[in-house]
Amino acid sequence: MSSSTWSADFLTRLSMDITVAEIGLPTANLWHIESRAWQRFAELAVQQNLRWAAGWAEQVDNRFLINACFEKQGEYILLRTVIDDSNPELPSQATVYPAANRSERHTQDMFGIKFIGHPDNRRWTRHQAWIENHYPLRKDFPVHGTPVGITPPDMHYPFIKSHGAGTYEIPVGPVHAGIIEPGHFRFQAVGELILNLEERLGYVHKGIEKITEGREPDSLAKLAGRVSGDTTVGHCWAACMAMEQAAGVVIPPRAALIRGILAERERIANHMGDIGAICNDVAFVFAQMQFTRLRELWLRTNATVFGHRLLMDRIVPGGVACDLSDESCTLIKKEIVVLRKELTEVILALDLNSSLEDRLYTAGFLSEQVAAAFGTLGYVGRASGQDMDVRRDAPYAPYDQVTVKVALENQGDIASRLWVRYKEIRTALRLIEDFIDRLVAGELRAEWKTPSTGSEGLGIVEGWRGEIICHIRFDTDNKIARFYPRDPSQLNWPALEKLVLNNIVPDFPVCNKSLNGSYSGNDL
Amino acid sequence: MLRIFKKILTTGVVTERFKTPEDEELEQLGIEIKRHVDKKFSGSIAIRQVDAGSCNGCELEIHALNNPFYDIERFGVHFVASPRHADVLLVTGPVSRHMQTALLRTYEATPNPKWVVAAGDCATCGGEFGVSYASCGAVSNVIPVDVSIPGCPPTPLALMKGLLGLMSSDVA
Repeated sequence: MSSSTWSADFLTRLSMDITVAEIGLPTANLWHIESRAWQRFAELAVQQNLRWAAGWAEQVDNRFLINACFEKQGEYILLRTVIDDSNPELPSQATVYPAANRSERHTQDMFGIKFIGHPDNRRWTRHQAWIENHYPLRKDFPVHGTPVGITPPDMHYPFIKSHGAGTYEIPVGPVHAGIIEPGHFRFQAVGELILNLEERLGYVHKGIEKITEGREPDSLAKLAGRVSGDTTVGHCWAACMAMEQAAGVVIPPRAALIRGILAERERIANHMGDIGAICNDVAFVFAQMQFTRLRELWLRTNATVFGHRLLMDRIVPGGVACDLSDESCTLIKKEIVVLRKELTEVILALDLNSSLEDRLYTAGFLSEQVAAAFGTLGYVGRASGQDMDVRRDAPYAPYDQVTVKVALENQGDIASRLWVRYKEIRTALRLIEDFIDRLVAGELRAEWKTPSTGSEGLGIVEGWRGEIICHIRFDTDNKIARFYPRDPSQLNWPALEKLVLNNIVPDFPVCNKSLNGSYSGNDL
Repeated sequence: MLRIFKKILTTGVVTERFKTPEDEELEQLGIEIKRHVDKKFSGSIAIRQVDAGSCNGCELEIHALNNPFYDIERFGVHFVASPRHADVLLVTGPVSRHMQTALLRTYEATPNPKWVVAAGDCATCGGEFGVSYASCGAVSNVIPVDVSIPGCPPTPLALMKGLLGLMSSDVA
């Protein structure tokens, strides 16, 4: 990381007690701070336009480490404070950064750490599976908990209420009408118009953070690949990157290139599926049929070449578990040529279609300001002018060898998000070709080294939904002490509450699909 | 508009047919399914999919059943929006404790006779997540299961085979 960046300047301006760790992480500078200055730091950071990217806690003996990750111009700062477990509280950063809101509530539910001054300290991840004042991520909480026979429904969550003549509520979920994940949406509406939307997630909370404690690297990678099934490559890569940092393992160049190909294939598969689904949500079935067809062909190639349709478990600690033969490379390249031609035909039919224009333009508008305040990521952020992409701004192998063209739009509507995705497909196709051309012979997997006790790593990759941040700390004997994956959905979900405002209720599905947050990746 | 027609015409029908050798399995499977659907379900079987805590991988493959290659609806199998319209619940995921009541209520809302298919490794045996403070593990720990379809996730073909297994077995 270059020294002539904003962070040195920022540090001198801060005029507060910050200890810069001599040995940072390869992906971030590590700054230690007093807990009472926690909020003050955020106030100064927001003035300097730092982006709040992630927050999580860890328990080490009888102390808690609280972490927050900030980013600007591709440089990451991992801010850390230590508090005692006898009185676990510290000032909230959510007062300054709306992006930190749900993350702090999650930490509050899971660790019992109180964030003073938090604007909304209702529980978030906890429903009724464990009782108040019990905190699953504390070391003394048994992994099996103390469940009752049937976990009661979460009846008394204090939703925001609306009053007044003509307003009414629509509760939706957790079981939805389609083949999708569960979550609850509470609408307040007047006539068809949405006045307010409140999301209530946490239904698919599976205790991922807890059940990883004590796992070994291979087993953790497998679970990381199931944080969100549609992002199996992205999460697995981020987790492996973090573990490799902790262990001091450098992956072979061939493995890095294959990882890049896998990640771009995942991006294309998801974008194709979603573009079709967005069109389907406004009853334009032609596009749905074309894109599901193209997606199916793409997945079949995944199965033929890599042995798994969704590419699960292809990335492993130290490298990859699949190789590319010359015939496979030829096959992939041929497929790309055909896909480009097909995409051009289909997208022209979409572009000139007036019924799509009617429904997608200006609908689901997310302003640049709101997108920035929530730290919105990936195509949702990029369609609202948030010009960031880890592959370009903080490149990791193999992206350090290529130029990544970042698609950007600024109208902030559903159409913008659709076009950003289309452009990202085109870029990804180019990248796959590039990576194949650069493929070098060599090892697929570096030898694993047992990391020293307490060593940590921070994996940061650009998944198909946007930036994924993954923190891992090792215990003794190659065992995991802490695993925290921050899916981009955690920052994108709150933006949905804002972008549906003043849209009509029947447009909610297409608004939701244009964002397509992962429930599983959010609930953990 | 002409572009749309042109693309539709040049794409042709990709739905996999009997005579293509490598797709014979799919077509045979479909014909078998259709035979059972006709005999036991008067020509149509309605499935309500319930995600009880999956990672969403299984959902992607269940979605694929409706793409033009598999087009499972041609065999009389269709997905419905309410459990009250369903013959079969297709449940994925380990059942998270936060979804336990929702799944039980969905089960109760499904009229008899009804069948439950657990799709994917998690639904079958708890998979990577197992039983914990947050997860009940396999679907059979919460509601009775008639057929399980393993796989992480099961491919569309495996899902079709599993459904056929349900219909050709004695339980249906």
